[in-house]
Amino acid sequence: MIPSREEMYAALEERHGKEIQKKFAEASVVVCGLGGLGSNVAVSLARAGIGRIHLIDFDKVDISNLNRQQYFPEQLKQYKADALLDTLKKIAPYCDITSQTVKLDENNIPTLLADFPIVCECFDNAEQKAMLVNTALEYFPGKKLVAASGMAGLDSANKIITRRIAKNFWLCGDGKSDVGDGLGLISARVAVCAAHQATMVLRIISGEYDA
Amino acid sequence: MVKLNGEQRELSGKSVDELLNENGYDPKRVAVELNLEIVPKSQYSTTVLKDGDSVEVVSFVGGG
Repeated sequence: MIPSREEMYAALEERHGKEIQKKFAEASVVVCGLGGLGSNVAVSLARAGIGRIHLIDFDKVDISNLNRQQYFPEQLKQYKADALLDTLKKIAPYCDITSQTVKLDENNIPTLLADFPIVCECFDNAEQKAMLVNTALEYFPGKKLVAASGMAGLDSANKIITRRIAKNFWLCGDGKSDVGDGLGLISARVAVCAAHQATMVLRIISGEYDA
Repeated sequence: MVKLNGEQRELSGKSVDELLNENGYDPKRVAVELNLEIVPKSQYSTTVLKDGDSVEVVSFVGGG
């Protein structure tokens, strides 16, 4: 027996305050890429009671993802978009959460991201990150974009920061630690970066634009 | 002088393309902001830097 919609909303208001919760409940966010960053960002947003969350990824859950991504061994080989949707619906049963299995590119981004005022870039490939950031900022100068770069390895978590690069573009990470340099991706440090992204999204929703 | 990632540099008159090539950036991995606005990739060769400009080149690394 799960709590009613009203009970869950009242609990969120109790924690976050009525004014902020109203903004969270009215917000709409798309998470692009559902790996170590995206799955953790999405869980944070769902727990905060974001009203509308859309999840996009093309890939399936692999055993190599389980060290840091919010999936269960029983979900191996499922599409990440489906698996994470199931988990988020358990976390936030009354939020409007949807998902889509598709690979984003320059051609489909203008359509697929059109409905969402806030975009989270959570890819793992550097060229894909650049592609999404460039395409989204070019097509949608009014959207808020929160991206990430540099969270591999086990350097200090204190080096992971959020910077406001442009009016509508924030970047989280240490800017340097590259999986291409042979560094692994480790749960806690990736989650720190994801938490930076999720925090910035929540700040933007609440009306705070400074990093 | 042009401010590149917070540092004053003699880059006036150079295009964004030249800036990226001469400073070792991989154009496929960057996003370039000029005075807080994104520079479309299609305009890298025609966008010329001038005195007082502020450029931020974000060079993405892998992992997520």
